[in-house]
Amino acid sequence: MDVNFIQNYYPLYVEAAKMTITISFIGIVLSLVIGLICSMIKALKIPVLGKVVNIYIEVSRNTPLLIQLFFLYFGLPKLGIVFSSETCAIIGLSFLGGSYMAEAFRTGIDNVASIQMESGLSLGFTKGQVFRHIILPQAVATSIPVLCANIIFLIKETSVFSAVALADLMFVAKDLIGIYYKTDEALFMLVLSYLAILLPVSLICTWVERRVRYAGFGNTSAVSGN
Amino acid sequence: MQDSGIQVLFQGTNFLRLLEGLLISLRIAVVSMGLSMVLGILLGMVMTSNNKVIRFLCRIYLEIVRIMPQLVLLFLVYFGAAKHIGMNLSGEMAAVIVFTFWGTAEMGDLVRSALISIPAHQYESGFGLGMTKLQVSCYIIIPQTVRRLLPSLINLLTRMIKTTSLVVLIGVVEVVKVGKQIIDASRYTTPTAALWVYGAIFILYFLICYPFSRISAVLEKKLKD
Repeated sequence: MDVNFIQNYYPLYVEAAKMTITISFIGIVLSLVIGLICSMIKALKIPVLGKVVNIYIEVSRNTPLLIQLFFLYFGLPKLGIVFSSETCAIIGLSFLGGSYMAEAFRTGIDNVASIQMESGLSLGFTKGQVFRHIILPQAVATSIPVLCANIIFLIKETSVFSAVALADLMFVAKDLIGIYYKTDEALFMLVLSYLAILLPVSLICTWVERRVRYAGFGNTSAVSGN
Repeated sequence: MQDSGIQVLFQGTNFLRLLEGLLISLRIAVVSMGLSMVLGILLGMVMTSNNKVIRFLCRIYLEIVRIMPQLVLLFLVYFGAAKHIGMNLSGEMAAVIVFTFWGTAEMGDLVRSALISIPAHQYESGFGLGMTKLQVSCYIIIPQTVRRLLPSLINLLTRMIKTTSLVVLIGVVEVVKVGKQIIDASRYTTPTAALWVYGAIFILYFLICYPFSRISAVLEKKLKD
């Protein structure tokens, strides 16, 4: 292991890690938004949009991110639609993540007993109000474990973005291996960087999961399992 | 016919070659899945043990798999092994090793939770009826475990199929690589080849994974009722 080499090149990894974190962050936030909208469309049973959402979820869940990216990055420019690597990465990640988040929210919403919607309506709330003040807080709480798993999954998926020339951690590692043949050092720092990003996220997730186990009112079966 | 570029898929043996490439991806997924199932069942049984050291080691293993991106693991094995063990692993071999490593962990965790979810009275009732330990396992526990496992097992298989798309990045000649070759070969005759080839690969992956995820969803629903 060449310590000097690591000292010389770790700034590259820091830069790349920033890139990975930025893309993941934007992608995850967008995924959450898309997921929430999709799950609400499904929960409120909006006619045509519901079908569209279903198709979107199936397509996005049943194709690999790498292929989606290749299509966006190499395929679409032939139609005159050109994206930069960054845009491509963000679109890809939110397209993939949106469906995963939607499924997570849906399980959460399904878990809230339907009696609560009826009670809310009979108290004079509108459907939207019931959703926002009663259903959603509980649904989010029950879907937190899945949401957390999805967040980790999405950050891991960012590793494929080097394939569309995004200067992320994988890209730097591959470069260093290619240029200097310092395989050990490059891979060591790669693993270390991912650990530095994902370990805190994983720990925070565990902590949050423990904090939000309050949901399931009026629906004892939902909480008894954990 | 209007020159849209879609004919690039059907020129010569192009489409057949894509399918052949896909077969290689599938082979990696199926072999790794088979190995993961065997090893995962063993791991799951080990994980239910009461020994703290064993449980701790399993926990670390699971965390590593949970946190490290599969692509990083692929790089580690493919580039790392070549240098240290001096073994020239083929990309396909490296992929099978990594996917098995990953799948075993996932499978082990699934088996563990399935085993734990079977209430103790099932064992006790079995013994109470005068069955031997082996009989209880074969006729009572295993059938129920398998039923509970099946949906997530199929789910894992689709995820594995999807993840095999990564192996192109360590130089395995599979569907994406073949696609690239086709695109490069027809760069001048069909400039829009990239759109059609990647579109076709996209659809092919969907066609393979969609039935599995349907089956898994149906089984899950059946299980709930």
